[in-house]
Amino acid sequence: MSATRRSPLLSVWLLLGYTFLYAPIVILIIFSFNESKLVTVWAGFSTKWYWELFQDRQMLTAAWLSLRLALMSATAAAALGVLAGLVMARFGRFRGHNLFAGMITAPLVMPEVITGLSMLLLFVSMEKVIGWPDGRGLLTLWIAHVTFCAAFVAVVITSRLREMDESIEEAAMDLGAPPFKVFTAITLPIIMPAVAAGWLLAFTLSLDDLVISSFVAGPGATTLPMKVFSSVRLGASPKINALATIVVLFVSLCAVGAGILMFRTERQRKFEIQAAMRDTD
Amino acid sequence: MTVIGIPFIWLLLFLVFPFAIVFKISFAEMAIARPPFTELFAYAEEKLSVMLNVGNYLFLFKDKLYLSAYLSSLKMAAGATFLALLVGYPLAYGIARAHPGIRNLLLLGIVLPYWTSFLLRIYAWIGILKTNGLINNLLLKLGIIDTPLHMLHTDFAVYVGIVYAYLPFMVLPLYTNLVKLDESYLEAAADLGAKPWKTFLFVTLPLSKGGIIAGSMLVFIPAVGEFVIPALLGGPDTLMIGKVLWEEFFNNRDWPVASAVAIAMLLLLIIPMMWFHKHQTQEMVES
Repeated sequence: MSATRRSPLLSVWLLLGYTFLYAPIVILIIFSFNESKLVTVWAGFSTKWYWELFQDRQMLTAAWLSLRLALMSATAAAALGVLAGLVMARFGRFRGHNLFAGMITAPLVMPEVITGLSMLLLFVSMEKVIGWPDGRGLLTLWIAHVTFCAAFVAVVITSRLREMDESIEEAAMDLGAPPFKVFTAITLPIIMPAVAAGWLLAFTLSLDDLVISSFVAGPGATTLPMKVFSSVRLGASPKINALATIVVLFVSLCAVGAGILMFRTERQRKFEIQAAMRDTD
Repeated sequence: MTVIGIPFIWLLLFLVFPFAIVFKISFAEMAIARPPFTELFAYAEEKLSVMLNVGNYLFLFKDKLYLSAYLSSLKMAAGATFLALLVGYPLAYGIARAHPGIRNLLLLGIVLPYWTSFLLRIYAWIGILKTNGLINNLLLKLGIIDTPLHMLHTDFAVYVGIVYAYLPFMVLPLYTNLVKLDESYLEAAADLGAKPWKTFLFVTLPLSKGGIIAGSMLVFIPAVGEFVIPALLGGPDTLMIGKVLWEEFFNNRDWPVASAVAIAMLLLLIIPMMWFHKHQTQEMVES
């Protein structure tokens, strides 16, 4: 810190930055307990909006659909993302490597309206030519979510695999372990925290997606963000604030849980490696 | 082989192939049918006829709406990216210079909002910026203003929304870059008598170029095609191409024109995307 004495201005800026990031969320939560129908004028404490939220059948149906979709999408996206990450980090330069790398980074920045439209047109054209998928609904939503979530998982996994010590894998291979065995016995346990983080990221991305879902959902299926969006367009409502509070609580719990999990497994690994080192001495 | 095969085929089929279809349908004509567009190829009496309708693209040029929507999207995305850089750079710098023990916690603080719902975080700004919203109520009570400011449903609100929603994407690459910065360079500059602002301008800033590019592209590219933010915070005269595409598709049900809009948007974004991709691969090779 000698040459780079931290100026107090920087600390003030950090404080302002975090206030900017968190104030809207805190305000959202506070006004979910507001008695009044207005979301900005305080009129006393009340939990009635939560009760109204839990009686909104359409909202509940949409939430249930979104939860199931997110679970299924995150699981498939995690599997696909791990494979894609392996290809990126361990397969070196094969033909089509550039195309593959491009396919991984494109969904990270691609405007969602383009992804959504292209997916929908694919499903419609496929249905016309081969008769599958039959109509639009949970299946098309799932395919779309898996595709864009897998790219995010792949990025997480790739960076984890790149910083991992490859000599452990090589040692196992030298000892005659077949590649699949090396993967399940060595690589997968080491990258497991990253896989868990990737799964959680995919889960929240899927749970939150509005634009791509709106394109591929079809008239039958309404996800939670679609329902929220249509009711927000009609005006702000404390019910949405109540929903937001639940989502924020849920996500923070997940994030804290994932953090503790990753911290623990990391520490466990270090202990095990140290123990193994001592044994060989 | 299957390790390469499965993700490769999945991504080809559901990511690359769809763009070919969008390209194809951008040459179709709107029709009252299911799906609502004409076929490009017809085979009858041993003749294969191909009908390419370039009208959609000509329409994009003729109708002023599209051109100005593209221009205003680029302008707003660029402006918001610059603002996010102004806000995000000192944040990333501050975190990178913080005590190593709390760095990860500070970083988590930046990422955590991104994990909570994007839609709901944008929704939160409606209550803050409304005419009878929090900011106006506060300013009125303090006596700073007499009549409430009109902030919601303006371009200003869209700028705020983009900076707010995409700030983590700006801070993360900047942080990764700045935390690797070798402090001996800064010490050397200081020893040679450079003032702190000079050291920053001529040493730190050029060295963090990679982070600036990556962060800016991560904000700029999705912001150009943003739909949710202009739809919820923007006004009726806020022109953004993502919103135009959405309305063309859902309100006018003109799939071919929506496809042409998408292809034009892709062409516009292909250069920044390649630039970003090149930088990503470079960073990966270096690390």
